[in-house]
Amino acid sequence: MGRYVIRRVLQMIPVFIGTTLLIFFMVYALGDPVAAKCGDRACDPATAAQIRHDLYLDHPLWQQYLHYMAQIFQGDFGTAYNGQQVTELMGSAFPVTLRLTIVAILFEIVIGITLGVITGMRRGRPVDTGALVLTLIVISIPTFVTGYVLQYLLGVKWGVIEPSVSAEAPFNELIVPGLVLALVSLAYVTRLTRTSIAENTRADYVRTAIAKGLPRSRVITRHLLRNSLIPVVTFIGTDIGALMGGAIVTERIFNIRGVGFQLYQGILRLDSATVVGFVTILVIVFLAANLLVDLLYAVLDPRIRYA
Amino acid sequence: MTTEPTVPSVPTEPPLLEVRDLHVEFRTRDGVAHAVNGVSYTVSAAETLAVLGESGSGKSVTAQAIMGILDSPPGFVTQGEILFRGQDLLKMNAEDRRKVRGAKMAMIFQDALSSLNPVLSVGNQLAEMFIVHEGMSRKDAKSKAIELMDRVRIPAARDRVGDYPHQFSGGMRQRIMIAMALALEPDLIIADEPTTALDVTVQAQVMELLAELQREYSMGLILITHDLGVVADVADYIAVMYAGRIVETAPVHEIYRRPAHPYTKGLLASIPRLDQKGRELYAIKGLPPNLLHIPPGCAFNPRCPMAQAVCRADVPPLYEVSPTRASACHFWKEALDG
Amino acid sequence: MPEPENHPDEAMEPAGGTGATMDLAQDEARGLERPPGHETAPGGTTEKPRSLWSDAWRDLRRNPVFILSALVIAFLVVISIWPGLIASGNPLSCNLANSQKGSAPGHPFGFDNQGCDVYTRVVYGARASVTVGVCATLGAAILGSVLGGLAGFFGGAGDAVLSRVSDIFFGIPIVLGGLVFLSVVTGTTVWPVIGFIVLLGWPQIGRIARGSVITARQNDYVQAARALGAGNSRLLLRHIAPNAVAPVIVVATIALGTYISLEATLSYLGVGLKPPTVSWGIDISQASSQIRNAPHMLLWPAGALSVTVLAFIMLGDAVRDALDPKLR
Repeated sequence: MGRYVIRRVLQMIPVFIGTTLLIFFMVYALGDPVAAKCGDRACDPATAAQIRHDLYLDHPLWQQYLHYMAQIFQGDFGTAYNGQQVTELMGSAFPVTLRLTIVAILFEIVIGITLGVITGMRRGRPVDTGALVLTLIVISIPTFVTGYVLQYLLGVKWGVIEPSVSAEAPFNELIVPGLVLALVSLAYVTRLTRTSIAENTRADYVRTAIAKGLPRSRVITRHLLRNSLIPVVTFIGTDIGALMGGAIVTERIFNIRGVGFQLYQGILRLDSATVVGFVTILVIVFLAANLLVDLLYAVLDPRIRYA
Repeated sequence: MTTEPTVPSVPTEPPLLEVRDLHVEFRTRDGVAHAVNGVSYTVSAAETLAVLGESGSGKSVTAQAIMGILDSPPGFVTQGEILFRGQDLLKMNAEDRRKVRGAKMAMIFQDALSSLNPVLSVGNQLAEMFIVHEGMSRKDAKSKAIELMDRVRIPAARDRVGDYPHQFSGGMRQRIMIAMALALEPDLIIADEPTTALDVTVQAQVMELLAELQREYSMGLILITHDLGVVADVADYIAVMYAGRIVETAPVHEIYRRPAHPYTKGLLASIPRLDQKGRELYAIKGLPPNLLHIPPGCAFNPRCPMAQAVCRADVPPLYEVSPTRASACHFWKEALDG
Repeated sequence: MPEPENHPDEAMEPAGGTGATMDLAQDEARGLERPPGHETAPGGTTEKPRSLWSDAWRDLRRNPVFILSALVIAFLVVISIWPGLIASGNPLSCNLANSQKGSAPGHPFGFDNQGCDVYTRVVYGARASVTVGVCATLGAAILGSVLGGLAGFFGGAGDAVLSRVSDIFFGIPIVLGGLVFLSVVTGTTVWPVIGFIVLLGWPQIGRIARGSVITARQNDYVQAARALGAGNSRLLLRHIAPNAVAPVIVVATIALGTYISLEATLSYLGVGLKPPTVSWGIDISQASSQIRNAPHMLLWPAGALSVTVLAFIMLGDAVRDALDPKLR
């Protein structure tokens, strides 16, 4: 098991370097950070040169990258467009997005798995067909569409919630946005759970468990679920990436001042420090989540540990 | 059309298990498949009954019905009784039946790798029997599990009790299945093709173990197989099944020496022999029938070399060949002699 | 071993000839339909070989989901190429005086913020979405299949490198990457968007292609062909590719739907397609601030988008069900 862990961690390192390099390259090589700093007017050469020097831009790209990485490891993500430290922006933005994501993941797990188990065990019956159709429709509607529709229906037409979320973004205000964020992933989780359960219900080891005279509840929890949920758990982990993308959209719709909001602002203002900083952190989070999921997978499925 | 066949056996004591006129059907979207059509047999304590037949003969379905693990839907028991120590299992409620399963009668399956839970340790799955049926503590159950593994001759049991099924070899996995089956010292064990997935040498070891344990615990054993060779050493009686019916029963030596049914004869003739060098291997012509459309009369008639008009019209009952033998063939006398 | 008394040979010849009709074999009690086969003595039945593709096509033809989605997609493709067939107006001719008005004669869906006819814009918007979806899928599928397939076939260092490179692209959540990448790209055509989706989408298909090539490669017939002297290219093209392509088709068909959705999301965020290209995502974005007053501006393009994505995903589902051996 230890060897497996080490191997996965080592594999992560080149990926991390590659990803951050790619992002860095996309922003700094393709964009022009100098022009952004000057705003709408063009910069005069002296100021431009000064800015270039401050931003370390007068060095070759790879040196810039190394310099940036070194800064990051010291906790310095540079200065944002409004003069604040990027780390300050992160400090205010991440907790909000974290709450939103937690709500979304809870929805995903609780509703998705429950629905998946119910339909998986009643395969072919009306509940199953209905759920299949419903999940298919949900998957097809992009998050931003459901976001607006729900915002309109619940916020404007029926007045059940506030259409916009306040700046402090407490948990209760994040319920509908969290649901919107979770919906597509929820549908995938339901289908995946359903398929996994349906396959495993027919499995030989379930037959053995029944033949052993175990009570039905034990067969379901200890044997069926433990096996069926393995692919689902791993999916949820990798789905974090999709949630991050969806968070940007959701935050924009409901006016939530989280990571997505800051990122979007940074892009609008061509502020490379903010963009690269936030995206780098998000990538780290994503990679870490994937690593955790792989480890969890090994814990749940002993066949992986000794591979 | 079928009469109530009973399997004549030498009565020494009341039978442990008595299956009477069992009918099982599968309701599929293509129609109703008659998997078991009036099967009766008995098994006594310390006795081994081998049930022989090809795929689709109904031998496994009968066993599943006895254990109560039939996939229902689409499978349904439509007729018959299954008397275990005098009590009809089919009339029991689900909870009582569950308590019997595993504790009083147990089943061993063919493929131990897929039949064991891959994410639970072997010791866990063995201990489960004691925890659920006897309310033992986990610690005690674990020691019993180690004991069991020793009993089925798994080396270094104490060290391996926490290992997972995929870490064992095929033969050892099958022993673990056997251990799980006899954990609570059941009265009856049903082994459904226990050695089919194993190498020949391992086969012999596992069968030997099974026979030894059966003797030690005086269990009744139903051995389901399609392999006549495996059966010869272990069985006391053989019941041959075809298309959901029993076509012949006999004590083991007599059936090998003088079969009384053309199907049995065909099966025996299909066994490759060393002195057949240079000759084409014999196989019974044709294929087992589609269970959705079983031929009228004797189900074997399309493939039978002795088939006559009466075979296509009347389903043969189990004629008594001798006090210990029966054959479901109108021409059993000819089969016996020819 | 017991010895059977009787010798088989002649004694087992059927007495009354083979007049009786033979019912055909079945696996267990469950039926698998098979066409009538031919008998060969002394005991086998041969059947006409059925390939995965003919089976799959038969299943698809009978699947109402497939038929429905195929029809919708065909309709979408037609109006992408010839939007004039059902929309006579010009999506770009707008009259501010009509801003946010509801439906009127000749303008069933009403007007948007700029006073453009929503119906016309919805019809013309299909072109952008379908084009991006189809081109991006083709690109990602080809790139992914080639790279993934070669990696799976040859293995070794190339495979390891490919896996790491794929991991890098997987490490960037796609919307995030889109925001970053496309925001620095100028140009208003569809090609940057398509290029980006291909760039970040090929690893997903590549992974599937690699897996199925590895599975196909391990089959005995590949060994046999190699022993008969087949070279690598022949092996790949004639033996492995036809058998490995099914999962790729399934993933690609489903990916098509998600790519359309992705394009709309990126256009909505302002980094995808840009005016004057007509795109549902752009329209939804512009309509979003006015959702209280004029919901129709948002709902019509949103509805069209959803139906389109749904059709492609349903198609992908139906194709997968037809090709998946486990569900047969």
